[in-house]
Amino acid sequence: MTMSTTSDDGEGKTAKRQSIDFKTLGPAIALLILCIIGFLLNPAFISEGNLTNLLTRSAFIGIIAVGATFVITAGGIDLSVGSMAAAIAGVMIIVMNNAVETLGTGVPTVLLGCGIAVLLGIGAGWINGALTTKGKIEAFIVTLGTMGIYRSLVTYFADGGTLSLNFDIRGTYRPVYYDSFLGLPFPVWVFIGVAICGWLLLNRTAFGRYCTAIGSNEAVAKYSAINVDRVKTLTYIIQGLCVSFATIIYVPRLGSASASTGVLWELEAIAAVIIGGTVLKGGYGRIGGTILGALILTTIGNILNFTDMISNYLNGTMQGLIIIVAVLLQRSDWKLGKN
Amino acid sequence: MSMDVSASVAIIEAVNISKSFGPVPVLFSVSMDVRPGEVHALIGENGAGKSTLMKILSGFHDPTSGQIRLDGKQTPLPPNGAAEQLGIVLIHQELNLAEQMTVEENVFLGREIRTNGFLDRAAMRAEVQKYLDEIGLDILPTDRISKLTIAQKQMVEIVKAVSRKARILIMDEPTAVLTEEETEVFFRQVRKLKESGVGIVFVSHKLNEVKAIADRVTILRDGQWIDTRPSRDLTPDTMAQMMVGRELSDLYPPMHEADVDAQKVLEVRNLTAPGVDNVSFDLRKGEILGFSGLVGSGRTAVFEAICGLSPMESGEVLLFGKDVSNMSVAEARDAGLAYLTKDRKEKGLLLDKRMRPNLTLFALPKFVRNLTIDRNAEEDALKRAIRRFDVRSRDADITVGKLSGGNQQKLLLAKVMECDPKIVIIDEPTRGIDVGTKQQIYHFIAALAAEGVSVVVISSEMPEIIGTCHRVVVMREGHITGILTGDHINENEIMRYAAGLKREELH
Repeated sequence: MTMSTTSDDGEGKTAKRQSIDFKTLGPAIALLILCIIGFLLNPAFISEGNLTNLLTRSAFIGIIAVGATFVITAGGIDLSVGSMAAAIAGVMIIVMNNAVETLGTGVPTVLLGCGIAVLLGIGAGWINGALTTKGKIEAFIVTLGTMGIYRSLVTYFADGGTLSLNFDIRGTYRPVYYDSFLGLPFPVWVFIGVAICGWLLLNRTAFGRYCTAIGSNEAVAKYSAINVDRVKTLTYIIQGLCVSFATIIYVPRLGSASASTGVLWELEAIAAVIIGGTVLKGGYGRIGGTILGALILTTIGNILNFTDMISNYLNGTMQGLIIIVAVLLQRSDWKLGKN
Repeated sequence: MSMDVSASVAIIEAVNISKSFGPVPVLFSVSMDVRPGEVHALIGENGAGKSTLMKILSGFHDPTSGQIRLDGKQTPLPPNGAAEQLGIVLIHQELNLAEQMTVEENVFLGREIRTNGFLDRAAMRAEVQKYLDEIGLDILPTDRISKLTIAQKQMVEIVKAVSRKARILIMDEPTAVLTEEETEVFFRQVRKLKESGVGIVFVSHKLNEVKAIADRVTILRDGQWIDTRPSRDLTPDTMAQMMVGRELSDLYPPMHEADVDAQKVLEVRNLTAPGVDNVSFDLRKGEILGFSGLVGSGRTAVFEAICGLSPMESGEVLLFGKDVSNMSVAEARDAGLAYLTKDRKEKGLLLDKRMRPNLTLFALPKFVRNLTIDRNAEEDALKRAIRRFDVRSRDADITVGKLSGGNQQKLLLAKVMECDPKIVIIDEPTRGIDVGTKQQIYHFIAALAAEGVSVVVISSEMPEIIGTCHRVVVMREGHITGILTGDHINENEIMRYAAGLKREELH
């Protein structure tokens, strides 16, 4: 029934306020606590260098996770993002290397590479979307399949080894990852841009409302004159686009792609979304939470790098624990809200 | 099973039960008892406290004060359905069956027969078959629930309860989704249960049925106990009056004469679609057109095809003279044609969202300014809708799933009307809602028609069709069997066409 099984009005109100605060502020509080722990373990944690590094590292997962927020809010799931990033990186590198003869090693080649990346991201997202909607296959199955396909494609392109970007193009492309604007590295700016666009799209437009409605109840959405297939496909295309943005800022970092590029990114992206408070079965999404989720995941790794108390190899364990705890807290919060 | 059959001793007694949810009291010192072998109907408007009382009787809620006596002894009921072990079974309105499992698996869920640790399927199947035969239900123990009709699912729930040796069976609007034929079958089964000494609590808004099946009737209004009387002392009219506490002579509003020369706004020619075979009819401006027939006769399917919810196979749909065959739902909406589903919980409303996003979802493009949703406009629309449709909620911030059925229905109506349609199709406008709200909805439909909106009312409740519609189309097995006007609109005629005893040569 209603939230108020509590005996008096005041208590009922408190319970409600707590639940709302907890839902929206929970991830922020968790991040704050992590930062305090990081600072106590090693004051160098809050050095400018470390914080910029942390933000830059978060950008990849964060950008992909913004896309994943749309997919998950609309009741889908995309497991293929890590492999998709690797495949896009591979094709980008091949295209740019081959364009050297005609376009040289300057900006046009890099722009060509970026353009290809965007097209591939949109295309790959459309394939996932079309197979789930028109093909009526479960998103989990579709993206499990495309995950395998994209991963094997990059291995094939690299012939089992590593695809390396032409050294001169690397020089041109390098600033995209390593340079800064107003004290913040470019990847962070991209992250901020994607986050703002994502937030506006999800919270302020009809499209965002439609995503939520579909995730909440697809039949209701259909009866409410929403083109369910189109909206769902668009969420996968947004996801693909986000993956291509992440890849565009990732490639200049190492200047190469291999079978191990982007491994487990899908899990980190989904984890960031869930930690952020988006409901895995759909119908409720939070971009702000997703951003915090991505920051939390990166911060854990960063703190482990800073301390000897816990082995850096246990990074995955810590991340896993955080995910489970986050969802447990959300669960008890649901009860609080429902009682 | 020991049972005192001397009719005066109640199996279960609720004594002076009060219940509050937080600060909100919903039941005030209500008493009720159920004797073996009786059908005890519980009636009242939505929000009168029927559901709460049922849940207290079956242990799903604890009373705030008062006691439950089982066989005369005060017994606190165990929570969460564990009262089934005491022989008290609640059958929810949303049936509680595992859709992907078989009938047999559902009936024995949680108490499977095992031999040497393995399931003894043969024994369970035989047992279930025995019950099915007793009921006369023509399904197999191995059928999957998802394949069954709602009526059959209901019967499976009853089989499940009977197989658990239920002494008290509490049923929340079991007939709400049944056709009249199915209801008859269902009542036969209820009478059999009665004879075997089971006490039945029966909640329904269909007062004729209450009159037909109940031995005693308890009436609640606004959480108060009003009366408990033998049903032979009551008529459906007196019941309705006691429920609402006022005269209900004007349940149906006076009907405006239909203008037979008014413009044809919708013309359907030889429409064929899944479940629909060669259907043709017209709808005029300001007309209320009823669609009657048995459940599954294709009434809903006709309009789902017209409104783009399911594909048309052949035929032609003219809207204001323009061919609009195979529109999408959004195109239909923009052309002024809106369909209001009968399934408000599954297809109508987002139960986990609040009223505002629900209200504006259908007409959302109207609320977009500069690519973003204008929240102020949405808030204004909500305020208007709450006033216009009299949607009542304890708190504007609660999710729609927590509204009563009547208020959900009014909100759904408001949602569809938000796009200012010129033609509204209302499928089962008053399913599962109380008399007071029904009356409001009928008046609303009449007012719409008076304003020049054309309304199609699809309904399985004949009095509703007869009381509100200018013309009535009767369907059977995907065909139109008759179109009735004037004095021909009566239960007998409609039933004859619906049952296939009579058929009009059309066109």
